[in-house]
Amino acid sequence: MGAQMGPKIKPKLGRDDWAQRSFMLVIGLYLVIALALPLYAMLSKAFSTYYFDLSQYEVQVSDGAGVFGPVQNIATLNNQSSPPIFDDLATNTNGRLGLTKLFPDFSFRSPVNYRFRAVSEGAIYLVGSERNAGPDWIELDSNTFRRVVIRPASERGLSNFTTYFSTPALVQSVENSLVIAVITTVITVSLAFWFAYALARSKMRFKGVFRMVAMMPILVPSLLPGIALLYLFSPRQGMLKELMFGYDINGPIGIVIGSVFFTFPHAMIIISTALSISDARLFEASESLKASRWKTFWTVTIPGARYGIFSAAFVVFNLVITDFGLPKVIGGNFNVLAVDIFKQVIGQQNFEMGAVVSMVLLVPALMAFGIDRRMQKKQVALLTARSVVYEPKPNPVVDWFFFAYATLVAVFIAGIIAVCQYAALIRQWPYNLSLSLKNYDFSRMDGGGWASYTNSLLLAIFTAIIGTIVVFLGAYMVEKTKGFERGRALFQGLAMLPMAIPGMVLGIAYIFFFNNPDNPLNFIYGTMIILVVSTVTHFYTVSHLTAVTALKQMDGEFESVSQSLKQPFYKLFWRVTVPVSLPAILNISIYLFVNAMTTVSAVVFLYSTDTALASVAVLNMNDAGDIAPAAAMGMMIFYTNAGARILHSLLSKGILARSNAWRKGA
Amino acid sequence: MLDKTPDVYLRIEGLWKNFGVFTALREISLEVLEGEFLCFLGPSGCGKTTLLRAIAGLDLQTAGRIEQAGKDVSNLPPAERDFGIVFQSYALFPNLTIEKNIAYGLENAKRPRAEVKARVAELLELVGLPDQGKKYPAQLSGGQQQRIALARAIATSPGLLLLDEPLSALDAKVRVFLRHEVKELQRKLGITTVMVTHDQEEALSMADRIVVMNHGTIEQVGTPLEIYRDPVNLFVADFVGEMNQIPATAEAGGVVIKNVHLSCNNNGLSGSVIATIRPEDILPVEENGKNVLRVTIFEMEFLGSFFRTRLTSPELGEAMLMADFSINAMRRIGLKEGGKLLVQLPAERIKIFAEAG
Amino acid sequence: MKKIALASVLALGVAAQAMAVELTVYTAVEAEDLARYAAAFNEDYPDITINWVRDSTGVITAKLLAERDNPQADVIWGLAATSLLLMKGEGMLEAYAPVGVEELDPKFVDSSNPPYWTGMDAWVAAICYNTVEGEANNVPAPTSWQDLTDPVYAGQIIMPNPNSSGTGFLDVSSWLQIFGEDGGWEYMDGLHKNITRYTHSGSAPCKLAAAGETTIGISFAFRGAKSKAAGAPIEIIVPSEGVGWDMEATAIVAGTSQLEAAQTLVNWTVTRKANELYNQGYAVVAYPGVAQPVEYFPEGLVDAMIDNDFEFAANNRARILEEWASRYDGKSDPK
Repeated sequence: MGAQMGPKIKPKLGRDDWAQRSFMLVIGLYLVIALALPLYAMLSKAFSTYYFDLSQYEVQVSDGAGVFGPVQNIATLNNQSSPPIFDDLATNTNGRLGLTKLFPDFSFRSPVNYRFRAVSEGAIYLVGSERNAGPDWIELDSNTFRRVVIRPASERGLSNFTTYFSTPALVQSVENSLVIAVITTVITVSLAFWFAYALARSKMRFKGVFRMVAMMPILVPSLLPGIALLYLFSPRQGMLKELMFGYDINGPIGIVIGSVFFTFPHAMIIISTALSISDARLFEASESLKASRWKTFWTVTIPGARYGIFSAAFVVFNLVITDFGLPKVIGGNFNVLAVDIFKQVIGQQNFEMGAVVSMVLLVPALMAFGIDRRMQKKQVALLTARSVVYEPKPNPVVDWFFFAYATLVAVFIAGIIAVCQYAALIRQWPYNLSLSLKNYDFSRMDGGGWASYTNSLLLAIFTAIIGTIVVFLGAYMVEKTKGFERGRALFQGLAMLPMAIPGMVLGIAYIFFFNNPDNPLNFIYGTMIILVVSTVTHFYTVSHLTAVTALKQMDGEFESVSQSLKQPFYKLFWRVTVPVSLPAILNISIYLFVNAMTTVSAVVFLYSTDTALASVAVLNMNDAGDIAPAAAMGMMIFYTNAGARILHSLLSKGILARSNAWRKGA
Repeated sequence: MLDKTPDVYLRIEGLWKNFGVFTALREISLEVLEGEFLCFLGPSGCGKTTLLRAIAGLDLQTAGRIEQAGKDVSNLPPAERDFGIVFQSYALFPNLTIEKNIAYGLENAKRPRAEVKARVAELLELVGLPDQGKKYPAQLSGGQQQRIALARAIATSPGLLLLDEPLSALDAKVRVFLRHEVKELQRKLGITTVMVTHDQEEALSMADRIVVMNHGTIEQVGTPLEIYRDPVNLFVADFVGEMNQIPATAEAGGVVIKNVHLSCNNNGLSGSVIATIRPEDILPVEENGKNVLRVTIFEMEFLGSFFRTRLTSPELGEAMLMADFSINAMRRIGLKEGGKLLVQLPAERIKIFAEAG
Repeated sequence: MKKIALASVLALGVAAQAMAVELTVYTAVEAEDLARYAAAFNEDYPDITINWVRDSTGVITAKLLAERDNPQADVIWGLAATSLLLMKGEGMLEAYAPVGVEELDPKFVDSSNPPYWTGMDAWVAAICYNTVEGEANNVPAPTSWQDLTDPVYAGQIIMPNPNSSGTGFLDVSSWLQIFGEDGGWEYMDGLHKNITRYTHSGSAPCKLAAAGETTIGISFAFRGAKSKAAGAPIEIIVPSEGVGWDMEATAIVAGTSQLEAAQTLVNWTVTRKANELYNQGYAVVAYPGVAQPVEYFPEGLVDAMIDNDFEFAANNRARILEEWASRYDGKSDPK
């Protein structure tokens, strides 16, 4: 049609629009500062490389009588022979290169003297350990010239990656990490599947107890099972060392068993959800067709739960490949990527290589994340159909079989925790088995003492409070505001990113970003603030998704109604959105609290003495060989989290009871 | 209805709405009169809700002007406009009592509490639920909830009431009852009202005027009777009420269907056309005459107050006619399936439209 | 002596006049010693508050290097000299001769003039040998480094990984000095065959020996003495070839805004009083004549300390670690 459209309407922004936009901007800015910029800083670090720039240095050599010859450029000297004397000039930030090899006749006893200088101001060299630079000549005798080393110049390029992939020890870690992650994933998902199946599809007894025990590993740092496994299976003094048949628990075996322990609840929850939403009517149909239990299982159960199983697999894979605590405690000589990062940065102060390993670690994590996202989208479509809850029928044989199975799993999980508690109370394993509380005297150990426990508690509380506010407001802005589409999409993308970023990588990125003196936020480095920020960011995605899900369940027109009644958006937010979402808000807080208590990976790079943390103390005490105190601190974390969980469930119950009238109707 | 013409309360000019490349509204111009009950009627996706949300300022139009009570509100946010709105989902705040829901828009620092309370009581009375104030929405039935939503929307005495499919979520009986209630309330308050619906019966029974929309454009604006009696095009004819549509050829003084000539106003059209007539306009007659056909009852269906029949006739070829006969008429003629009779298609009831597309 | 006393009094006067200051001090000193150090210092200078930032040698070194362009520390008190040499090479340290530095054993003072750092105490490598495990496994106590390559020790030894532990690097660099570069690598090839695993931390091997997890832990004497004091059945063995050592040292961080207070603190760290404090944990301290024998420390430890070339260790560190990793790391799964 020929109709002509008039000029475009520009919306006049109301009071609410401005307030909402500034909120969104603030929280968006938070994610940019706490996530995007640090990652960028890390990325650029990975590409900053070092090499010896020989052309920047010049030398003059005297004869025995002290008469100096012509000025020679070091690069020219190096290239005189073929191949050059130093043919690989790439190095790392700590590289130092002595020059005597360039002089075939060099002897530190010879009376020959050397004059040496750097051509430009920026080129650095050391005489012994003293730093020199610049174009002033210095004169040195042979014995001192021996001590001259030049420092590398920096440039940008890919050579860090070349170095990485040509270092067998480092590349081996990629394979190790993948193997461990895959094996653990297979074991955990199988175990968790049957456990969840027993809970959902059998009439076995004590389901509540089993469910509770299965959730326990979430409450402890991932490295705690490592400690228990050492007590149980260490080759010399392990309580049950015979069960290892001579294999060393220190290494892949230990990592896998420990990883199964700490990933089990994650897989169990996801698969349980998947099983509980499978449609009971399908089972009835299958039964009425006289299909065997076995056939029903393969034609109904598995297809119905398959997205849950895939999803659980990816979550477990990601948890294992990015975990740092467990392989550090029980990995022995078995190198994995996450520990390599730590070794590069802390052991060798080679930040560039640390950044490179971080990027390598990002690849499988991002891939698993991407595939999982895609799966989840499909699953959503599958779930929207209304289904009927399945009510299992008693079957003594099957129920007893599952009871036995669930008992085995529960004994494994509870056993690991119990061993830790036992270890924490023993005076000197294995020579003095009397019980004492001396291992709780943390002030005598590395790791920050009891203060680290208080700090962790503070961190957990701050993270829970601030994180919940930030996450919920952010989710609200994305979900419930209008306009500003591109900004919201970007925000949504940023909010999903942390799930794919391993904590170690985040920690390193924070060092690079926040510890830069030009960064106006530099002052938060080394404070509790940076710990809170990193923890909130690290656990942002799951919290965000929880909030978004809760908000999506709310009528989309509340905002429209409130606007039509000329009420400001914050009134609706306070009086309706928050009260209605309270269960989700509590879930987010407890999730953040528990994780802040147990996390090691990001904060291990960021804590300072004043802000030492309990979870890191477990790591450090264990590292220093104070294994029993490490177990003691780990158990403190466990009890604290268990307490928080109980408080949370009491609160949730109270709120549900109070809101029963309006939630369900009467 | 009134002697003097009411003022225009809402004026829409040249409204467009684009979602990316998709045009949801195409050059909509419309006037809503003061105190009028106007319905946007059309199939889903026709743009009626989009138009309502543009009027509310909830989703701003891409271009075009909206004037409310003489004031240009085209680009204002909802809070700066003057309307109350009711949604299909009621959108009652679940954690607030009925009283608090209704008082939601009334509460502000300036208004004394007692006044708010009195107003809430008055509104509860008005919607016929005076004792339900302390309950929560989930404790009321759907119909009751929708009446509360209505009370909340009119609590601040807005100049304009917007209803977005307000009755669609209710079951049939409640729906019919509420149609009447809402219309009654609107008449009592005299509030200018715009309702969106896809239900033609609802539109016909409630609206003062109906705006029939399709594909983002307005097909016809008129009173329910005008829309029903004189649809301006095939779409309106088809969408509102039942309609026989028979391909025909226009010729002087009428149309030809297969070998029958039916005289009617052919609207100045020629060539292939569609001849239409409503089922209830087909009359059983005793003897042959103008526009009378001999037909066979192929099928009949009892619909309570009348019979709907399908009639065939060798003269019409394959086309089948749908005709409604009163129970009396059927009894009088005494017909059953397979029976034969004469029917007349009155010339003034046959409308001729150009072929669609 | 008098001079020092005078200087102390003078400094005390200055300090008394000065407003209370806070110094951020980075350290790798054992946690349990820090409070003692600060308390003793504050007896003399109550107005200077020390804010400790404590962590393992590797972490503190990484932290300092990461903060290269924006130092957070005012003073480093108690970090491996090898690490301080790295920092010196980066230009991160302030050259300063503490009052009374001439009293110290020159071995414990940086060779530049004025020195960039001053040593506190030595931190000496040693072998922790679990007698119970030795008997049970029929493994005799070794007397030399060379002994440890004997097949009888196969699967009996744990040592720290030099890529993550300062003690581990100290061992490696000492072997390269004792046996020469080629001999050193050859020795480590032999040793590697007997190693069960390489730990991340330097004290862990001795603690593992104390816990009976291994018969022999290559660690340092200080840790061994502590474990022995705690009742573990271990012997601390000083290998006959000599032992590597590093020292804990003190330096002022270049660019500190609290230079005066930093100098006051560093002056105090070289005093006799301070050295007596160091002696409570370490048998060898920088101030000659102070050292009293430390309980459970092996005899002859001081004499066994090799003439350590710290400069060699610092300037070749990157190269040595790379070589070590390529020889023993990753492909070293014990079976």
